[in-house]
Amino acid sequence: MISKRLLLGDEAIALGAIHAGISGVYAYPGTPSTEITEFIQANAPEVRSRWCTNEKTAMEAALGMSYAGKRALVCMKHVGMNVAADAFVNSAITGINGGLVMLAADDPSMHSSQNEQDSRFYGKFAMIPILEPSSQQEAYDIMPYAFALSEQMRLPVLLRVVTRLAHSRAGVETATPMEQKPLNPDNERTHWVLLPGNARRQYASLVEKQAQLHASAETSIYNKLHHAERAPIGVVACGIAYNYVMENKPAKMGVPVLKISQYPVPEVLVKALADKCDVLLIAEDGQPVVEEYVKTLLGADYPVKGRLTGDLPRMGELTPDSVGKALGVEVGQSFTAAENVVPRPPALCQGCGHRDVYDALNRVAREYDDARIFGDIGCYTLGALPPFRAIDSCVDMGASITMAKGAADAGVHPSIAVIGDSTFTHSGITGLLDAVNDNSRITVVISDNLTTAMTGGQDSAGTNKFEAICLGLGVEPAHVRVVVPLPKNMEEITRIIREEIEYDGVSVIIPRRECIQTLNRKLRKKRAQE
Amino acid sequence: MKKDIILAGVGGQGILTIATIIGDAAAVAGLHLKQAEVHGMSQRGGDVQSNLRLSTEEIYSDLIRQGAADLIISMEPMEALRYLPYLNADGGVVTSSHPYKNIPNYPDEEALSAELQALPHADILPIEDLAKQNNLPKCANVVLLGMAAKHIEILSPEELRESIKRVFASKGEKVVEMNCQAFDIGLNAVTK
Repeated sequence: MISKRLLLGDEAIALGAIHAGISGVYAYPGTPSTEITEFIQANAPEVRSRWCTNEKTAMEAALGMSYAGKRALVCMKHVGMNVAADAFVNSAITGINGGLVMLAADDPSMHSSQNEQDSRFYGKFAMIPILEPSSQQEAYDIMPYAFALSEQMRLPVLLRVVTRLAHSRAGVETATPMEQKPLNPDNERTHWVLLPGNARRQYASLVEKQAQLHASAETSIYNKLHHAERAPIGVVACGIAYNYVMENKPAKMGVPVLKISQYPVPEVLVKALADKCDVLLIAEDGQPVVEEYVKTLLGADYPVKGRLTGDLPRMGELTPDSVGKALGVEVGQSFTAAENVVPRPPALCQGCGHRDVYDALNRVAREYDDARIFGDIGCYTLGALPPFRAIDSCVDMGASITMAKGAADAGVHPSIAVIGDSTFTHSGITGLLDAVNDNSRITVVISDNLTTAMTGGQDSAGTNKFEAICLGLGVEPAHVRVVVPLPKNMEEITRIIREEIEYDGVSVIIPRRECIQTLNRKLRKKRAQE
Repeated sequence: MKKDIILAGVGGQGILTIATIIGDAAAVAGLHLKQAEVHGMSQRGGDVQSNLRLSTEEIYSDLIRQGAADLIISMEPMEALRYLPYLNADGGVVTSSHPYKNIPNYPDEEALSAELQALPHADILPIEDLAKQNNLPKCANVVLLGMAAKHIEILSPEELRESIKRVFASKGEKVVEMNCQAFDIGLNAVTK
């Protein structure tokens, strides 16, 4: 029994990919996907694994490795799919050479995200196979299958997981590792040069492959119809929702279950289940992707229940209780909610440099009638909460600079952007170039803590390069200012912020001090070595 | 046999270490296990929890049902109460009595303590004080695990102690020794 390894879902995916013979993993950190790349970095030195600047560069580099004939994995959180979408959708048109698996980790209930978009829509949009493992063991097992499927269909494969699988541990049995593939670049230029003439042929080939993709899903070992006997209600359980269904012991209730972990939706299997039942319940984490599909497939007269009908909650992650309730299982509660409990929201760490940045910004902002501070994605988004309440927006990676620019164009002054170092290189540089070219009256604060802190302290792509980047983009040298965010420097910092707000053009202030978490980690490591 | 355990606390208090120790012991004992954790934003001083499920049978859900948890182990008294709707009628609560006040509206301590003490099976101990008195200030979480050890049942205290040795082995003999000591302090504190 000791042969089983205790692995997070993310770690099971990573180990499965290593054992499937990948030559590279390309990723930008994002909860809940980060641990995949971290595991590969720690356990597979033979696999190229350095963090990428953003999800688009990651996707394109992975496609390049596939072009060269080797297997590549690309990982991101769901909203990273939006950044990578251009490369992702077109990789379905070019097709692949070495196996290419795109992993998207969705975050229903938005534990650490700004929306709960369902990546399966992207897979359907790109017209490629989607895999959705239900357990940690399946997440491991499905990796070699995913790469083989990718190579068989000559298409990228989307692997979709959700937070609960990514961040939950279970015992995983492992198999014999495979060798990496040899270098073997594709010579078929007409596949890869997407001029309209080639693209039309490639798209036609993608359309033609759809019948094969459907056939593969119908016979997939990952799609399985359980206990298909005559019953009033049957369940279609997708990915992790299968666990919540099984927790309610459907066999005991005589409820047949169709487990789906490979898409396109296996229509023959769904119809076989529907024929035995009067009603179908669709249990899927995320958005009602399969529910909509099945409604269309079975026609208006066949009753289909799920998130759209209110039998399951319209938003948020599923639970064994919400699925049980939809199946008529009573929720057994012995204790009611306690009286003496209040929410405990997260907060910036004591001693964090972002605290001093917000303290300074708040002091200066108070001196103006209507200062606006546009925030961004990272630990420093917590500046929105008390005691700071310092930012007016947080939308997507890089939006602080461009929203500040747009607001300044409209007449807002002072218009200030606050962005972290890693977010700036991810998606802030292009926006800053726009602002420079327009000579926008904005003040950009790049709060540099020398790491990607929110996701646990990964390397930040721009470390030691920020002044050079800003000068290279054309920010005036006199208006690139570096400060050390500490309470004792408050007077200097506030003075510099004031000066730069008054400057009629683009200025950049870089408060730079190492993240307190990574600093403490280094000190502990050093002490342990002594 | 199954044991559904909720581990609770505030980001940074070390509940994931407790989960790792129990998880390692369960893996070695050949039990089925699922352990859902919270990573990401909440770890910055927010409430964190881990659903830990141990069983001799196959486990499906990573999450514990309401009214089904056998045990709540908490590093913080208010965080112990947060998960009451998940506790089963005979379920136990093992918690630190020491409030972690990083919010302005922390509830009245006496009312909070009274609500905890009114529970049918609650062990409430000043684990931070115990850890400090024994010169083990950084091992409060393992003192708590020691307190809870007899309630875990599906794993024996001896199996958990062996797991502590494995989990901390990479950090050196001294750290292993300190954590074993902390575990025993907790274990003995509830027998008295």
